[in-house]
Amino acid sequence: MREEDVPEIIETLPLDSWHRAKGGRMVAFAGYHMPIQYEGIIAEHQWTRTSAGLFDVSHMGQLTLAGANADAALETILPGDIRGLSEGKMRYSLLLGEEGGILDDLMVTRLPGGNPFGEAASDFYIVVNGATKWDDIAYLHEQLPEPLVLNHHGDQALLALQGPKAVDALARLAPGVADLSFMEAGAFTIAGVSAWVSRSGYTGEDGYEISIPQGAAEAVADALLAQPEVKPIGLGARDSLRLEAGLPLYGHDLDEKIDPASAALGFAVPKRRRAEGGFPGAERTIGYFKEGAPSKRVGLMIEGRQPAREGATIYDGHEAVGTITSGGFSPTLQVPIAMGYVSTDRSALSTTLEVDVRGKRLTATVAPMPFVPQRYVRKGAK
Amino acid sequence: MTTYFTREHEWIAVEGDVAKVGITDYAQAQLGDIVFVEVPAAGTTVAKGKEAAVVESVKAASDIYAPVSGEIVEGNAALEGDPALANTAPETEGWFFKLTLSDPGELEGLMDETAYKAFVDGL
Repeated sequence: MREEDVPEIIETLPLDSWHRAKGGRMVAFAGYHMPIQYEGIIAEHQWTRTSAGLFDVSHMGQLTLAGANADAALETILPGDIRGLSEGKMRYSLLLGEEGGILDDLMVTRLPGGNPFGEAASDFYIVVNGATKWDDIAYLHEQLPEPLVLNHHGDQALLALQGPKAVDALARLAPGVADLSFMEAGAFTIAGVSAWVSRSGYTGEDGYEISIPQGAAEAVADALLAQPEVKPIGLGARDSLRLEAGLPLYGHDLDEKIDPASAALGFAVPKRRRAEGGFPGAERTIGYFKEGAPSKRVGLMIEGRQPAREGATIYDGHEAVGTITSGGFSPTLQVPIAMGYVSTDRSALSTTLEVDVRGKRLTATVAPMPFVPQRYVRKGAK
Repeated sequence: MTTYFTREHEWIAVEGDVAKVGITDYAQAQLGDIVFVEVPAAGTTVAKGKEAAVVESVKAASDIYAPVSGEIVEGNAALEGDPALANTAPETEGWFFKLTLSDPGELEGLMDETAYKAFVDGL
């Protein structure tokens, strides 16, 4: 029996029967049964861009890291400014392997006291991708010094409420959430349930991510869905929304062979870390930031209506210069969009290239990302 | 006119030696929102069971196979400007192509509407 013949065990998430009752079409994703769509990807996509979409992202890994100097320890494997993170603030960061490649992308929050995870003030809450969480946990155990305690909160569900009206819907249940700014988080009570709420997401829209005990997931999902602004949204629209927002998807646009500079994620490696280094692959990555990496992640607009999908080769004349890593049809722009890696000398905006789609050459132009403007809400931003 | 169905969820409506081909309502529902359809040009020869058209939904690309062999008479130009016709009217205005049958004997073995309905109910 070959390895691929071994049937993968697909697990169910706390809201499994809830999704089925709402008409969700279930598919296997990251080892779980998850809803790909309810009424249709385009309708769900547009609903999220104009109102508020409720996503179940309980497959993601919710971790906490407790102990003295956890920030300094995290900086040995994340290239972000973790020490400079104040309580209740969060950042996007990258988990780097020993060679400096990206093992995962994640959100890290410095917790205040009184958080529902039972951790002390100044400990960390980290959300990692579902498909990589077990490897991440093993790697973190291996890399972090002994006195630190890593907990996996497998008993927590995670919901995302995304869209311009997410604040109206959620603030009706938990008024304080309107005061959070983008990338801030805090403890709130929703429908009588103790929740950890952050103003963040993966759609380019304003919105929230809500961590709750899995036993209360249905009650909270029902309370959110009872708001007139809210509809359930599947993974299909989650993918088209994040692609329009220019956000990379781990395992597709990022992997262990790609460094932060090639991934064009310069914002995740701030000035202090570029000056000090001290993260895996720092020398190479910092060099790439200064002098340019051999290849770079870019956005591409595809001419015509036919999408160019992941795996399609990008050409400049006869020369293969890159590969599409995510591609699809943009419901907002009504044209095909993609992201991929091209050799850096072909990565300038407006460079005209071609993509081979099923033996046919489509014209592709290097375009700025996000394709659709992000609409994060930053309180007090000047 | 007699309509037959394939296990790949295409329908073929035959009148004399000319047939019209499209995808079934079940197929369009499975594909989801269709954003692009490429139909074969008139004069193209297609072979039974081989790729004849391409459908792209938001999610993925799918091949549409020729239910019988023949020569394309016409591709449905309306799908180019409005690919969603394949979702909204898959068994009428959203047809894919017309062809002349090179071997009407190939129709044997295709399902009639009752058999196709039973086939879909069993999926």
